Amino acid sequence: MSSNKPKVAVFKFASCDGCQLSLLDAEDELLAVAGAIDIVYFPEASRRMLKGPYDVTLVEGSITTHHDADRIQQVRRQSKLLVTIGACATSGGIQALRNWKDVNEFVHLVYAKPDYISTLKLSTPIAEHVPVDLEVRGCPINKYQLIEVISALLAGRKPNLPSYSVCIECKRRANVCLAVAVGTPCLGPVTQAGCGALCPSYGRGCYGCFGPMESANTAALAAQFRVLGATEPEIQRAFRSYSAWAWQFRQASEEAQHR
Amino acid sequence: MSTTTEVSPKSGIINIKVDCLARVEGEGALYVKLKGERIMDVKLKIFEPPRLFEAFLRGRHFSEVPDITARICGICPIAYQMSSIHAIERALGVEIKPEIRALRRLFYCGEWIESHALHVYMLHAPDFLGYQDVIEMAANHKPEVEQALRLKKIGNELVRIIGGREIHPVSACVGGFHRAPSKAELAALRDELAWALDASIATVRLVAGFPFPNFEQDYEFVSLSHPEEYPFNEGRIVSSRGLDIDISQYEDHFMEQHVKHSNALHSVLRERGSYMVGPLARFNLNYERLPEVARQAAEEVGLRPPVLNPFKSIVVRAVELVFACAEAIRLIDEYRAPEEPKVQCVARPSTGAGATEAPRGLLYHRYVLDSSGLVLEGKIVPPTSQNQKRIEDDLWRFIPQLITQPVEEITLRCEQAIRNYDPCISCATHHLKVHLERL
Repeated sequence: MSSNKPKVAVFKFASCDGCQLSLLDAEDELLAVAGAIDIVYFPEASRRMLKGPYDVTLVEGSITTHHDADRIQQVRRQSKLLVTIGACATSGGIQALRNWKDVNEFVHLVYAKPDYISTLKLSTPIAEHVPVDLEVRGCPINKYQLIEVISALLAGRKPNLPSYSVCIECKRRANVCLAVAVGTPCLGPVTQAGCGALCPSYGRGCYGCFGPMESANTAALAAQFRVLGATEPEIQRAFRSYSAWAWQFRQASEEAQHR
Repeated sequence: MSTTTEVSPKSGIINIKVDCLARVEGEGALYVKLKGERIMDVKLKIFEPPRLFEAFLRGRHFSEVPDITARICGICPIAYQMSSIHAIERALGVEIKPEIRALRRLFYCGEWIESHALHVYMLHAPDFLGYQDVIEMAANHKPEVEQALRLKKIGNELVRIIGGREIHPVSACVGGFHRAPSKAELAALRDELAWALDASIATVRLVAGFPFPNFEQDYEFVSLSHPEEYPFNEGRIVSSRGLDIDISQYEDHFMEQHVKHSNALHSVLRERGSYMVGPLARFNLNYERLPEVARQAAEEVGLRPPVLNPFKSIVVRAVELVFACAEAIRLIDEYRAPEEPKVQCVARPSTGAGATEAPRGLLYHRYVLDSSGLVLEGKIVPPTSQNQKRIEDDLWRFIPQLITQPVEEITLRCEQAIRNYDPCISCATHHLKVHLERL
């Protein structure tokens, strides 16, 4: 099945598989997408695993082992365009919570024979290891953003991805602001849009699963959380979740930790 | 597919290594070592990097736990949300309203439909029909693949309406839901679910016609069991060899072993060793609690408990699709939006265990909380950890049937045998390679 269609590969590192599953979850678009590109390496979906070079490589997951630190170098060498998908690949993911702890102690907590386990001290995003051409945010990513990225790359244009905050999406949905009206702590003002303001639409504060927007004013938001009565450990936990290692959130959680 | 075969002519050893097992969730490998017609070794290696969830849950507030544990698995996040929520509610002594209980069952129906449709058609059927993947299969079986996608979509729609999105939904919480859907939102799904029910019955007929290896095993099956209903969220833990315990007694009877070749712990019954969880276990232990329409679909293709051939798990999954669609329709018809979507939960020093039926089988969680509601200790035993030893045991017994076959055939059939379990390796370490060595 060789063709002139762009060759696409999907690689996984430390992650939950959810972001690559988003491609299979695009039920209405999957067969059309599969018709426009040649998916030559996608172990979650196929036994067919062809060697590179690849035109577009989607990378899910963070780097947490020596083996994976080597593997991402090989993946980069085989890939014309490398796109990271999801919070693990773009910021280290939830497993980056180890970065503030002694990883050996963590391994001892989970495994009876820690010497069987090989793991790095830090969980780090792909961009800390190799150049990344494009990042798709989210824990998980929004499948329509993934299709937009694939379509744009096929058409040779820049993908249209938002860089504003969740607040804009909330206003578009005409949601009542939970932070202002109810006093609910909400990470919406500092979180990149893309989810469609999901949590506020479901009656809860945004918990930041799309990670920080570029110009996030986390200090101002933390101050507002204090006004709403949040304690420093609560503020620390709020910034320390699915994109904890992204520098804006890292800085904010460390500030709360040291106050 | 990255398979390497090493043949050593002097010793007659053949090593088959499948370095990256395809069509499973996560990263694993299989090593098989053969000498002549003897199996020297079988190892299912899970090298999915450890993510250490149980460690970083410490110090988090109980209200954060369902969102965090969902991130263990993108395929079955609802299972992780449900098991953690039930464990924490048991710890805190929270009683939920019947409307919330029914809504959780409906939410779970969505995940079963989505996950089973994915596995039956897109991950497992290509093995039976001789394709590398569903895209290749679509070239010759377009109507079936379209049916699969539509089925999967309705499962995802149900999850999306209730939970906000398909993967890592945001609405479920300790005490209930952040938001309960309106009757009208759910009723809008009813026609499509009626189609899905018919499509699921057609799926049972389709997959029952696949060729199955003659392979039956004397399994100990383990699942939840509830006196009135096919199990999702509630019940006692029972087995086909007489185990009948409350969820809180799980760790008295089951233990996890750490083996060198895997980043996933092997769970065994203390007294008796390996066991099986998942569709076969649920079906065999709870057949009478299936609704009439699901039992009829099974009867029609001659499927009766006990089903002892793991390759027929694909048929049982299809029967469970019928169940999940019928149950979803019933729950939507009876749905009344709760007055309050959640009940208040007050922190106290406590311990609670919870277990629910993930699409792949029993998922056990236990938490110890302090007086301010922070997690002191968490324990999570995913279905694939529980099945991992059993998968290796199956391979030891199944490979002799294949031993005279070419390496490619042995490799493919071994992979198929692993996929019988719909293993979720992201869960179990929280991938699959096959390595076959012939001596």
